Amino acid sequence: MSYTPDRSQYPAKKADGTLDIDLTSGKYLKLWHGPNHPGITGNMSVELTVCGDEVVDAKTHVGYLHRGFEKLMERRSFIQVFPIVCRVCVPEPDFNEYCYAAAVEELAGIKVPPLADWIRTLILEMGRVNSYMMYLGGQAGAFGLGVIGQWTTYVRDLMLDRFEELTGARIYHMFILPGGVRDTLPDGFAGRMEETLREIESTLKDVYDVMFCNAVFKKRSVGVGYIDPALMDAYGVTGPNARAGGVAKDVRRDQPYLVYNELDFEPVVGKDSDIYTRADVRRRDVTMSVDLIRQILAKMPKDGPVMAVTPNVLHWKIPRGETYIRGECSRGEYGYYLVTDGSGFPRRINVRGPSYTHAVALLERMIVNLNISDVAGLMVSLHTYPPEIER
Amino acid sequence: MMRALHDRLKALFPLGELTEQRPDLAFLTVPREHLRSILLHLRDLEGFSHLVLLTAVDWLEEGDFQLTYLLSNRGKAVDLGLRVMIPRDGASMDSIHDIWPTAATYQRELREMFGIQFPDSPGVNDDFILEGWIDMPPYRRDFDTKAFSAATFKEREGRMTTDPEQHMKQQLYPDGA
Repeated sequence: MSYTPDRSQYPAKKADGTLDIDLTSGKYLKLWHGPNHPGITGNMSVELTVCGDEVVDAKTHVGYLHRGFEKLMERRSFIQVFPIVCRVCVPEPDFNEYCYAAAVEELAGIKVPPLADWIRTLILEMGRVNSYMMYLGGQAGAFGLGVIGQWTTYVRDLMLDRFEELTGARIYHMFILPGGVRDTLPDGFAGRMEETLREIESTLKDVYDVMFCNAVFKKRSVGVGYIDPALMDAYGVTGPNARAGGVAKDVRRDQPYLVYNELDFEPVVGKDSDIYTRADVRRRDVTMSVDLIRQILAKMPKDGPVMAVTPNVLHWKIPRGETYIRGECSRGEYGYYLVTDGSGFPRRINVRGPSYTHAVALLERMIVNLNISDVAGLMVSLHTYPPEIER
Repeated sequence: MMRALHDRLKALFPLGELTEQRPDLAFLTVPREHLRSILLHLRDLEGFSHLVLLTAVDWLEEGDFQLTYLLSNRGKAVDLGLRVMIPRDGASMDSIHDIWPTAATYQRELREMFGIQFPDSPGVNDDFILEGWIDMPPYRRDFDTKAFSAATFKEREGRMTTDPEQHMKQQLYPDGA
């Protein structure tokens, strides 16, 4: 039996347009979804008002993870900011490193060696695969398919091995720094990466069979969590969330950065804009990233410098200016707005994470009329990471 | 391209300084009273339909807040940042949540972190990130995080800092030899 929400009876609206919800009437109930809940994405919570098992109102609460990154950065020299930025996003930290480094380089007039650009692109695509693997496990888990998370965690771990080999670290790599990258690829890296990519492709086939062809998953995700393409601009929807609704916008193709204009790819697009399509777009995006990694390893220069000459980092001052650097991360448009004032410290750094728009205004709107049991699936389908909101 | 856009805007609105940062990115200072008209013009007639971000920069020494409205024309792949300077004292700005609903979230954060008021913005006075905060808005440049920590949190007893050189010397040569 299908679920058809009907809001004609409840809740009534007051004269000012707000909902008339009387919690003492016994008709409504407040329910906190998170911050400690397996269906929540990270440290945030959604305050739900439910009537029966239907959500009638929702409010996002963030702040559980606030560490004041942007304030911290204003009191650090440009090189001291570099180890902080990656902490803004745990599952895909490299975009912070790239956007920050590119912003500093642009304002300081530093030209990065070509090989460093290739290695940066490689790292960003590796991080994208990892982020999607976490997502696929979470999305399946939200609908009760726990085993998918175990498979994707396994292949994510293989990719973390490659990260460790390349950068020396598994989670926060701190490899992309203003001026270039820290090192070249180790010997035999391409061969070991190929083995990892084959394992990912093999796992993706299993994931497709068990998750995307699964009747339960389809029943619960097809047609649920629809984002109207007309709302994409109004709510700042970007990345796979927009592409699943037929908006073929991908920063990698539209405003190519690093070496994306030398790679052959087309943005993955869906049309139904529901949870299933968003998951499918991301699954196909992994396949595209695997292909991009192969292209990068085949086309990149074999040797050359990976670091430009930079000023003494202890006395590094950057002239007054401002810029915005963006990239297409696994969740959408990621960007850094950097303002400098001629001193040795940034005047202002603002991180534009895609979750900022997806997890607050958009989520609060989409969650209304949903069944409680679908809330977790919807949240995961927007692929949100709370630290980007409260950075 | 950005220069041509600037010329078209200049024929309609009084504009301030234009900074062409890249061929696809420019920043433009606009008068506060014309911001709304310019935003609507850019959104409806120039294709800048995507509000990338809205944030503030605290120019403490000059006594101003700079509000940056970064817009993107995704069809032509160009970005335009509009700078609006407002005085720090009694900082207040018109809400644009009716132009982009997502702006309400940015404005709620700016009210909390910089103390900039946005009357009429929905839920703007609700706590966003800092629940129960009663001190100065923390992202203002004159908010001293170190002094706040010293006044708010108690130093844990028994903590001591050791000079590594002296410590190793003590470990290796306890007799002071």
